[in-house]
Amino acid sequence: MNRSDTAIPRSAVTPPAHESPRSAGASGSRRRFIQAGVALGTAGSALGFPSILRAQTRQTIKIGIPTILSGRLAQLGISTGNAAKLEAEAFNAAGGLNGRMIEIIARDSKGRPEESSRLTREMINGDKCDFILDCDASSGAFALQEVVRETGTLCIHATPEVSSLTADPKLRIPNAFRSARQGAQDAIVAGQYAADVARQKGFTKWMTIGPDYGYGRDTTEQFLRYLKHFNPSTQVLGDAWPKMFQPDYTEYVTKILQQKPQALFTCLIGGDLVSFIDQGNLYGLFQDIEVFAIALADFTTITQVKTMPKSVHSGTRYLAAFPGTRENSDWALKYTAKFKDSPNNWSWQAATGMNFLIAAMKKTNSVDSKKMADALRGMQIKSPFGAKGTLTLRASDQTLVDYATGWGKITNKSPYIESIKPGDWAVITELEAKWKKEMGWA
Amino acid sequence: MDPAALSACLSSASCLLTQGVNALVIGMLLFLVAAGLTLIFGVLKVVNFTHGSLYMLGAYFAFYIYRGTDSYLLAVLGGSAGVALFGLLLERAFFSPLYKSDFMMQLLMCNGWILVLDDLVQILFGAEFQSMGMPAAFARPPLMLAGAPVPVFYVFLITVSFLLALAVWLLAVKSPFGSKVRAAAANMSMTAALGINTTALYVLVFALGAGLAGLAGALAAPVRSLVPGMGFSILIESFIVTVIGGMGSIGGALVAAVLIGLCRSFGSVGFPLFTEILVFALMAVVLVARPNGLFGRAEGA
Repeated sequence: MNRSDTAIPRSAVTPPAHESPRSAGASGSRRRFIQAGVALGTAGSALGFPSILRAQTRQTIKIGIPTILSGRLAQLGISTGNAAKLEAEAFNAAGGLNGRMIEIIARDSKGRPEESSRLTREMINGDKCDFILDCDASSGAFALQEVVRETGTLCIHATPEVSSLTADPKLRIPNAFRSARQGAQDAIVAGQYAADVARQKGFTKWMTIGPDYGYGRDTTEQFLRYLKHFNPSTQVLGDAWPKMFQPDYTEYVTKILQQKPQALFTCLIGGDLVSFIDQGNLYGLFQDIEVFAIALADFTTITQVKTMPKSVHSGTRYLAAFPGTRENSDWALKYTAKFKDSPNNWSWQAATGMNFLIAAMKKTNSVDSKKMADALRGMQIKSPFGAKGTLTLRASDQTLVDYATGWGKITNKSPYIESIKPGDWAVITELEAKWKKEMGWA
Repeated sequence: MDPAALSACLSSASCLLTQGVNALVIGMLLFLVAAGLTLIFGVLKVVNFTHGSLYMLGAYFAFYIYRGTDSYLLAVLGGSAGVALFGLLLERAFFSPLYKSDFMMQLLMCNGWILVLDDLVQILFGAEFQSMGMPAAFARPPLMLAGAPVPVFYVFLITVSFLLALAVWLLAVKSPFGSKVRAAAANMSMTAALGINTTALYVLVFALGAGLAGLAGALAAPVRSLVPGMGFSILIESFIVTVIGGMGSIGGALVAAVLIGLCRSFGSVGFPLFTEILVFALMAVVLVARPNGLFGRAEGA
């Protein structure tokens, strides 16, 4: 709701002109004194204090960001906060929305869903945030979705990749959108790419290793589904499920060595992936195994791998080299110059969330959640992160499509990836629709 | 569950060797962390929940020394010494006033320091995870023993850990310092009455325990991702080791750490979905059979 629309006209309490202060008793004098004060205020508002009116129209637009700012996933909050700040500053520098500037309010959920829910409620009711940009983990997203379902506040999920959040109609709500990539879409691109490489190189024996929680299980299952779809001769020899943040991967490394697969798929992320590679290298694990790591091609991860496996492929999470456009590399340069840090997958997703919010505000010329949600459904914007220079919030499930996604062979020097094969959005859309139908979601 | 795979592994020399070495690698690193924890508890009766954070500090100190000097030896020594010094200050300023306090006060202090150290590391070293990389001396193909790959770095780690275990045991059992420490652990008032400076003893034990945690962090840094909060996962495992081995028993910690290593190493072959449960089941069985742990002494015994 636009709060500037709720101001009560002060002329409504202007005193009658015929009343004279002298003609009244004590109570009358007090009443007149108050009335005179109000009249003075009214006149001041209209003539002498236009700045008050200006202040009302220039009330800040508050965007609440529940995220993780402490512990092992603090980078999530830092990189999304940086990206949101970058976009907000550009918007504010251009004059804002009729002079109204964006103010970012980021708070730490510590990765706890109940805290995400509490913070979101506090931001909406206490801080009077106009929108929520969800930069929390998937588990937090489900919790805060219930809060915005109740309050009707416009929400953009900028980091949760779990597909059901927007794919399952029972979970979907009219005022929540997703500017993050989606597990199901990534799995299709990964499966197709891996199947092509497997066919070319003639290998069929696979193993998988992924973190033992929802994301790891879902991503691995979806990947195998599409790998087998594109290459039915695939044979899965076994799987390994280390805990998230597990310090020691030795038992899994040797288990993989015992099974002697030709290829290994992993959806380990961040420091866990780097530890696994470091420990695998000690055993020479990657000498004869082709590795497919869905989350390796991200600056913060790839730059930490000191000895890259001989033959490793990855999906592009975020690299300045992909998409290879000037707009994308300029954005990465701007981010790096400002924060002395490289942007990652979470950064572009948060920036995209901000871009959609800003585009919807401009289109509706308001900060009304309902109007903006209507505008966002099916909205297409120009973006450095689009496969063809644009991004769309698909109307049917209010989720991001057409983002640049692809796979390629990884190197350990910038630009870190070569021979990128971009994902085909026609194929993604077709297979995603089939999957949703099977799930009873379409 | 895959008993056939386990059976095949047990009848294969290369699998036995590979998984056996795994068990030692997992166990010895756990031992290094748990030894400090059990030492501090045995003497000071402080359940030091900040121990995982001290392990984290050791890893970060080593990482930055290694980056500056390119010497893994200096990194390990600096990491361990730095954390020992920090432990000394921590004991004097914050833990010593709490020795006679309620357990909850100690827990509160530990919890506070976990939060402070995690945030300090984040402020000083950044929130992103860091990777040290393998020192050049160990960046080589694994040794092949009876067809089983054994990483050179892990041979080094196992050797160093065994030597340290031996040194700690000798210090605790054969040295005058060890006699005083054992005396203080058994009866503090009597030890003090005999003219032994128990305050210095407390400081040294705490610093030694902290130094061992720092040493474990520094030694493991080349194969672990460094990130604020990394001490938490190792803390839980260290507590399991301490509980199984018996609170306060260095020898117990060594045996328990190797047992856990065996559980995880062979469990991942035969019971891949139950490996974690195996470890906890082992702890439950030990606690039922020997409530004070394998080598622990009953209160007042």
